Amino acid sequence: MNSFEYANPNTVEEAVALLASEWDETEVLAGGTDLVTSMKQWVAAPKRVVSLKNIKDLQGIEADEKQVRIGAMATLAELIENEHIQKHYPALITAARGVGSSQIINQGTVGGDLCQRPRCWYYRAGLGLLAQQNGKSLVKDGDNRYHAIFGNDGPAYFVNPSSLAPALIALGATITVQGPQGKSREIKAGEFFQTPKSESEREYGLQPNEILTHVTVPISNLKNATYEVRERQGLDWPLVAAAVAFNLDGETASDVRVVLGHVAPVPWDVPSAAKALDGKNVTEESAAECGETAATGAKPLSQNGYKAQLVRVAVKRAVLAATGKPMET
Amino acid sequence: MASTAWPKPDQRQLLGKRFDRLDGPAKASGTAKYTHDTNLPNMLFAKALWAPHGAAKVSGIDVSAAKAVNGVAQVWSVEPGTEVNYAGTLVAVVAASTEEIAREAVNKIKVEYEVLPHNVDDRDPAKVSGEPSKKEVPDAAGVDEAFKSAEVVSEGYYGASPITHCCLEAHGQAAEFRGGDLYVWATTQNVSGYAGSVTDAAGVPASQVHVECQYMGGGFGSKFGADQWGQICVQLAKQTGKPVKFMLDRDQELMIAGARPSVYGKVRVAAKKDGTVTGWDSDMLASGGKGGGKAPDMPYVFTGVPVIRNVSRGVPVNRGSQRAWRAPGHPQNCLITMSALEDMAAKLGMDALEFFMKNLQYTGRPDVYRDELTKAAEMIDYGSKAHPRGDPTAGPIKRGLGMALHQWGGGGHGSNCDLTVNPDGSVDAKIGTQDLGTGTRTVIGIVVAETLGIPLERVKVNIGSNAYPNDGASGGSTTVGGVSSSARDAATQALNIVLDKVTPELGVPVDRLVARDGKIFDADNPSKSMTWEKACSLLGQMPINTKGSKDPKDGTKLTESGVGGVQMADVSVDIETGVARINEMVAVQDCGLIVNLKTAESQVYGGMIMGITYALYEEAIYDPVTGRMLNPDMEFYKLAGLADVGKLKVHMMTGPGYDDRGVIGLGEPPVISPGAAISNAIANAIGVRVPIMPFTPDRVLAALGKGGAVA
Repeated sequence: MNSFEYANPNTVEEAVALLASEWDETEVLAGGTDLVTSMKQWVAAPKRVVSLKNIKDLQGIEADEKQVRIGAMATLAELIENEHIQKHYPALITAARGVGSSQIINQGTVGGDLCQRPRCWYYRAGLGLLAQQNGKSLVKDGDNRYHAIFGNDGPAYFVNPSSLAPALIALGATITVQGPQGKSREIKAGEFFQTPKSESEREYGLQPNEILTHVTVPISNLKNATYEVRERQGLDWPLVAAAVAFNLDGETASDVRVVLGHVAPVPWDVPSAAKALDGKNVTEESAAECGETAATGAKPLSQNGYKAQLVRVAVKRAVLAATGKPMET
Repeated sequence: MASTAWPKPDQRQLLGKRFDRLDGPAKASGTAKYTHDTNLPNMLFAKALWAPHGAAKVSGIDVSAAKAVNGVAQVWSVEPGTEVNYAGTLVAVVAASTEEIAREAVNKIKVEYEVLPHNVDDRDPAKVSGEPSKKEVPDAAGVDEAFKSAEVVSEGYYGASPITHCCLEAHGQAAEFRGGDLYVWATTQNVSGYAGSVTDAAGVPASQVHVECQYMGGGFGSKFGADQWGQICVQLAKQTGKPVKFMLDRDQELMIAGARPSVYGKVRVAAKKDGTVTGWDSDMLASGGKGGGKAPDMPYVFTGVPVIRNVSRGVPVNRGSQRAWRAPGHPQNCLITMSALEDMAAKLGMDALEFFMKNLQYTGRPDVYRDELTKAAEMIDYGSKAHPRGDPTAGPIKRGLGMALHQWGGGGHGSNCDLTVNPDGSVDAKIGTQDLGTGTRTVIGIVVAETLGIPLERVKVNIGSNAYPNDGASGGSTTVGGVSSSARDAATQALNIVLDKVTPELGVPVDRLVARDGKIFDADNPSKSMTWEKACSLLGQMPINTKGSKDPKDGTKLTESGVGGVQMADVSVDIETGVARINEMVAVQDCGLIVNLKTAESQVYGGMIMGITYALYEEAIYDPVTGRMLNPDMEFYKLAGLADVGKLKVHMMTGPGYDDRGVIGLGEPPVISPGAAISNAIANAIGVRVPIMPFTPDRVLAALGKGGAVA
């Protein structure tokens, strides 16, 4: 990695003041599981790294009757062990556990999970976030087995790597960020992510000198679950993930939310699939129809048609798991 | 005189029992120093720049900015005009006072390339180059006729994607000149033969090259010489007068330090309705790099099939060159042969075990394979689990069984052992061999201790240096045969010298003397005895030194060649996601006389795990556009983890017909069958063949017609 300045502020205000107003000049260090490897591979080479580990306001998980506040620096292990999360949000527990590696679960943070950079192998090889050569996408003509099947009209073809985002969006979470002059703003989790149009943009709606401070998840009676498909059972990225949340009145689902992960440059909210289940009894058939609808409109690239099938299955199984009828696999 | 021959079963004290590795505590505690851990005073660290194109010509290279970086001592670079035949080719190497400075300087090197057309597609018949290799038995007309008149013909397409060696300890070495001599700390499978690969770069004769490798983190056939990077390391050490360490980075390791060639193609199998195979006809594409490649001769193990045609065509690709990969050619050959044969069994509606049993006459060792198949079937509970192709159970999870047979040679490579017995009874063995992690060090100790009748702890084993008597490279499963022979020879000679001293003291003829349990005693009257230490004290002041070799002077043959094995896999496949998982795998393996049962079994466990990895996950993926490897990391170059390997069971064949043979190596055999056994198990589970390995969800779904697009 390059030589860089290391800052270790004690408050969010100090941290924000240490961040540059241009991307790539400075980087925020949370758990470091992505940033440190990115720097070692020279995919990131900031002049200054601003560590958040001493900032108390960013830590911990707190709950009242209405909501749970998850600090950006809460680790995935804290999330998994937290009684409120366990009680209300099985979708988050499954997603966090799915990270697979004890080391990353212990070290990685909630904020880091949301702000980690894509795993696209062209990007990681230093060929740019949009992986273009002579104005053409390398992904479209190259090996795109792990790339996007939705939201892939270009120029971005990578998939959003966040494990928690689909579940947080499905649960109606809000992300709070803070910028200069103590200004903070709240963003719906579903609006936090964006598809970059150029190399100078990022995949999330932070300004370069803003910090994600916490995530707020409303407490409700929503049934919720995440289902992920991955090649390896141990440490591996999901090929496709689905998070669902819905009210269940008797057997009938309402207020349905279906969000996919690892299929598009952003977590992929699928209102049409939600609608397909809304007002219906949750059965194997209606769950399968929800999955079928979720996969409708997929535009696979040359090598990732199988991901549409995985969307069907992941959604179906997430719906069934949310009602407490998970398929034994 | 004690005999060099291996002791009879009832006389073995240590042979065939279970021993922990002598170096286990050092490895587990981290005190074992690998090449990667070699850090010397004032050492420089080398980092490389590699070409990012599948094919190119270097039209210009400017290293001045790198040289100007504070801390940079020396830069090596290619000449303009150098041709690049694959991405990853080293174009410059910087030696600097820290790794970070070296890497920073590498980033400042400017290279101009004239980019040339490349090909990384190894499956396109249009890209074949050169004449096909053809082998027909009896002849073309005979083969065609046999297939025309066959009762049943089964056809299929099968293939194995290219993979790499992915040594956990990357290739590399540390080198330092001291007083005109070169000292090299290498990670190598060839300590005794390594010096010759650096003499040109060093400018000193091999007699002045000192090579050391006490511990190494995997080679699998890819670490026999210093390679270009080792030579550059020596050159940089010579130019700077300082020690230099140059280990490849993970991406370089995966791109340039070894690959297993790919094989794809069509197979026709002819058989009688009763299941007897009558013909084999295969047409293969093979690729191992720029030189194209050649598919192994098929069929595998069932080599006696009366009618055989093999056609192999090479596809040159701009990828890092192939190297011997643990049992070169065998895993691919096994996959294709066992898959094609099992497809025939399925077509005939015949149980796979019965079908393989029925055709054992075509193998070189029908009786052994019959025993091994029977044992494996018992271990995996074949009788109650087996079902015809296609699990009829409702639900998305389908379960299946598959099997495969394999063979390997072995034998012992040339080996020499110097053995010293000191007057205090301490013993020291020296062999210029290396322990790749297989347990070689421990095996030598066991053989010496067994021969002298002393505890294993009494033997000091010295290996991993070319200062010791030379020993062959560790390749082809030849190491244990070599080192056990030379150690046995040297120890027997030493014992006979000691026995000659003991005979007059005890008044017992030398032929009646037995060395066992730390004593030397009269076989007819065990109370007439002397401790080993007392016996050695009879040597006077001078230790004795003997020299053993792989071929003892008395003509005793201590090693043999030719082993077989059978593996069976029990898998579950989710037909909605395409994810295949291992429930259980069993391995039955013979390898002659086993020295250390524990490490022998460990070899088989390791082979199975490596096999599960290449069967389900491992693939070197290359980008058609840039020609670069897309997964030169351990994130997307996927290796199995603990959660992926299921339950593994190993049975080593022992007893009459097995351990009355010589000692035979076990490095390659257990890694051959897993791909084939797992492929057959998946087909048995889901009802269709997944043609190309690794059997990832996209390929499984494609085989099931569910939208997969990756061929």
